[in-house]
Amino acid sequence: MYVAVKGGERAIENAHRLLANARRGSHNVPEVTLDQISEQLGLAVDRVMSEGSLYDRELAALAIKQARGDLIEAIFLVRAFRATLPRFGASEPVETGAMRVQRRVSSTFKDIPGGQILGPTFDYTHRLLDPSLAEGFVPEAPATAEASSAPTPRVTDILGRDGLIESSPQAEKGASVGDLTREPLNFPADRDLRLQNLARGDEGFLLAMGYSTQRGYGRNHPFAGEIRFGEVEVEFFAEDAGFAVPLGSIELTECQMVNQFKGSATEAPCFTRGYGLAFGQSERKTMSMALVDRALRARELGEEAAAPAQDEEFVMSHSDNVQATGFVEHLKLPHYVDFQSELGLLRKLRQEFTDANAAESMKEAAE
Amino acid sequence: MTTIAELPPGFVDKVLSAQSTFRSVMDAMARPGSVQRIVPMAGAPAMMMRGTAAIALTLFDHDTPIWLDARMTESSDVVKWLKFHTGAPVVQDCSIASFALISDGAALPALERFALGSNEYPDRSTTLIVQVDSLAAGRGFELRGPGIDSVATLQAAIRPADLFERLRVNEALFPRGIDVVLVADDAVVAIPRTTRVVNKES
Amino acid sequence: MNAPAYNFAYLDEQTKRMIRRAILKAIAIPGYQVPFASREMPMPYGWGTGGVQVTAAILGPKDVLKVIDQGSDDTTNAISIRKFFAKTAGVATTTATEDATVIQTRHRIPETALHENQVLVYQVPIPEPLRFLEPRETETRRMHALAEYGLMHVKLYEDIARFGHIATAYAYPVKVNARYVMDPSPTPKFDNPKMDNCPALQLFGAGREKRIYAIPPYTTVVSLDFEDHPFEPYRFNAPCALCGAENSYLDEIVTDDKGGRMFVCSDTDYCEGRQAAGHRGSLSAAPYKEKAHGGSNG
Repeated sequence: MYVAVKGGERAIENAHRLLANARRGSHNVPEVTLDQISEQLGLAVDRVMSEGSLYDRELAALAIKQARGDLIEAIFLVRAFRATLPRFGASEPVETGAMRVQRRVSSTFKDIPGGQILGPTFDYTHRLLDPSLAEGFVPEAPATAEASSAPTPRVTDILGRDGLIESSPQAEKGASVGDLTREPLNFPADRDLRLQNLARGDEGFLLAMGYSTQRGYGRNHPFAGEIRFGEVEVEFFAEDAGFAVPLGSIELTECQMVNQFKGSATEAPCFTRGYGLAFGQSERKTMSMALVDRALRARELGEEAAAPAQDEEFVMSHSDNVQATGFVEHLKLPHYVDFQSELGLLRKLRQEFTDANAAESMKEAAE
Repeated sequence: MTTIAELPPGFVDKVLSAQSTFRSVMDAMARPGSVQRIVPMAGAPAMMMRGTAAIALTLFDHDTPIWLDARMTESSDVVKWLKFHTGAPVVQDCSIASFALISDGAALPALERFALGSNEYPDRSTTLIVQVDSLAAGRGFELRGPGIDSVATLQAAIRPADLFERLRVNEALFPRGIDVVLVADDAVVAIPRTTRVVNKES
Repeated sequence: MNAPAYNFAYLDEQTKRMIRRAILKAIAIPGYQVPFASREMPMPYGWGTGGVQVTAAILGPKDVLKVIDQGSDDTTNAISIRKFFAKTAGVATTTATEDATVIQTRHRIPETALHENQVLVYQVPIPEPLRFLEPRETETRRMHALAEYGLMHVKLYEDIARFGHIATAYAYPVKVNARYVMDPSPTPKFDNPKMDNCPALQLFGAGREKRIYAIPPYTTVVSLDFEDHPFEPYRFNAPCALCGAENSYLDEIVTDDKGGRMFVCSDTDYCEGRQAAGHRGSLSAAPYKEKAHGGSNG
């Protein structure tokens, strides 16, 4: 006798209770607070804000806590919340040249106006596990000095003054800004949509794609013109007021790659650009993004587009980790109805194969 | 001049009224020739039937350029009402309109002047919303096509009188084409581009 | 921190308008995939976000909703989606096919014939029937524009050359209203004939791939085939072990590790309805009797 399985609803409820307990872990250990996540796992928060497309440290920290530290799950939580928010419009372009920089390095010039500023970085740390961090570590106070009032112009602007790099295309005043969360994406896509896609794209995916260009799959000879991290003001043009209203400041990382030059009979040779921008401090992400942005400009710059990183449809269709994880993980949903259909077909084909072979050997035996 | 406060109101319950109106329009589009009723009440400016007003409140917004025929354009109330309740931009060029509102069928421009979509994106076409005298009485039409169980009949008083002859361009254009929603007060009938119409009687 | 407040049926009104406009175009152009700006839903892509967005855009307080996955109302994903709408829209839900006004489905079409007052909403993973022959959207879009479906016929014919049959058992491509080749979602090909000339409206939502398409009621839907290799729906040749049905699609249940198998209806509502009407299969349990708590097992 057979009775079909029932009670899925209770199973789900029980599974979620189990999850809540697993999330909390041992009650002998104090519960982690959102402040702790935001302050002490700041780069995780930055990544969740960037790929979640929502600048809110507190919500990102909550998402990380809720996701048990699974950052893609946390990004998903933030995205799902973001999708319910009303959209009022686009901010004015942020002026990264006026950034209050905390870190700024250029690999193309030894010294630059405003100076190289190392800032908080893993670079040059020796990657030795530090047992003193395990508990009760109190860092030495950072060295401080009077903030320099020297401006820190963008390295690409310095190159641009001499025409050594292609000019950065300026959007028309009042031109609408594409938004792939509001309009379905069509190919070929303009650069605003490509950059939005990359900014939301998975850091690991972009890292691999960017890396592949360095190894010759769409090589574009990059130099890290500048990477800067710091605070910028965000302004919103209020139609009612008739002027731009400051909304506050956010932390950004910007990477400007200086790439292989182009030129033609009518145009003097000049360097080309790749651009990366992310919330918070996300250098790996912005550098990878800049490499891939430049790779995706292949067609526009008259280069042969043969490598994966240059393939717009390929890159843009697979960069989103929320989409990717959903579809990969959906394979754990039941598929027994379609599997059964496939099974039936396979059995039939095997039967026909056996019958045909049997008939063949009968024929041979008879001959 | 009408001030915003004097404009006819929109839906009382935006969410549920829009849902109910949409289902009527969806059913109309899915079953061409069938007469569907629009139940929720909204205020409507002069020139605009209440069915048209409900459809506008349900489907129009910032992303849908609207073209108005001359008679509707003349009514500054219609333009203000649309702007206030839907935020939809009113455009002069009917070839970029998502929707076109026709109150004076006799002055309907040539259908080819509206957006017909492309073969790649046939959905990028204008949907015509045409106010007619009656969807209960008038000439008889026989309709065939997807959504219709063999034949549907429609009794309607429509201007322009040759609307269905003109819509025969849809046959050659497909998948491009024009979809039409006919409105008479609170009644709607849809004629999507796949519907073939013949006069039953003249 | 502001506690989020959600709209009726979860989606905001602007999103619903956008989806509703796409649905109307989809109905007007049967089988054509209308691009839409799919939103991030509070459930993963690939788990029914397209179907959920379509359902959310059409659902009203008077609707009665049924959700099935693999033909069953009781699979975990079906339960999860049904609960989502019960919670966000407060609609009545049912498992009875006959009583539902909106049925959201993954991988099956109910056995009970649908009627005019119903909408069937399919969850679709890959809406593009040509995707596995040509991965590029720009190319497949051109092929649809020109109704250039030779590649699909070549693929099906290669199957015949290699296996003696068209080797597609589910998501079997169809042609809608003699124009668009369409993916019916991963339903078993057994279900394909049910799409043809169906009295109910059929809507398809693909969230991750951002497409909505439709089959209006009473529309011709033909499974692609060849004159000498006509389309054949597959069904395991046995009656349902629970209700004895001879014409329903069957799940294969592995009963032991010695090759034991039984076959039962995948459509649980259909099967239970038949059992309630007195039909019995070879392995039917005795009619279920509720026992008082603490009662004896006698």
